[in-house]
Amino acid sequence: MGDDDLVFKALADPTRRLLLDRLFERDGMSLGELEAEVPGLTRFGVMKHLGVLEQAGLVVSRKHGRHKHHYLNPVPIRMIYERWIGKYRDRLAAPLLDLKDQLEASK
Amino acid sequence: MTTADDTVITTQVYQLYINATQDEVWKAITDPAVVARFFHGAQRDATYEVGGRIRSWSPDRQQLWGDNVIVEYEAPHRLVHTWQSLYEPEMAAEPESRVTWEVEAQPGGFTKLTLIHDQLDASPKTAASVRGWSYILSNLKTVIETGVALPPIT
Repeated sequence: MGDDDLVFKALADPTRRLLLDRLFERDGMSLGELEAEVPGLTRFGVMKHLGVLEQAGLVVSRKHGRHKHHYLNPVPIRMIYERWIGKYRDRLAAPLLDLKDQLEASK
Repeated sequence: MTTADDTVITTQVYQLYINATQDEVWKAITDPAVVARFFHGAQRDATYEVGGRIRSWSPDRQQLWGDNVIVEYEAPHRLVHTWQSLYEPEMAAEPESRVTWEVEAQPGGFTKLTLIHDQLDASPKTAASVRGWSYILSNLKTVIETGVALPPIT
């Protein structure tokens, strides 16, 4: 799978997006801390999702002493933005979004 | 109060794989001619040794953007230097932080580049601003792999 595929696949799951949002709010959490952030998910489940996020490069883990900390790595999302979002938003979608904003604002 | 927990939270980690050799990536992050191409046109003067300085100037060399000290220098895989954003008064007033570049050769001719920006605990404005590393590093990858820089950030 290409890098982009791994990132899109990783982002396609709500639990993994939740984990990214939690790391966005508080970066560098340990496995135990992340587990507490996602009630209803087992430790194994959190590990599995973190594995997919790490595989996609969206999360990087680093050891500090005895603890392993997980960091949100924004670089792959930046690259997705440059490759897939920026050019379409700027060239094609902007007029339509303006229209949508206008219509919805006047409601 | 600063706790160990704060230190972890205010550590920022950026990582990417570049389709180039370790030496090529090392050259790109240290050679002033290449740095100018991916880092907002910054003009760099550097003495690459422990205790040496990395000075960065605006493209017209009228404004000093950074005047940092090299803490560790192990070519071609590790560079650690201080960081202070001198281009903006509020950030310049914050304590200096630290930037670590790790360059690791990978199978298949790829290189893993990890940038860690830490010791930002007492520098919240700088911490928010240097989130722009994503753009810089993505630009670095594009410059190395294609020879062409990304359009300026908007």
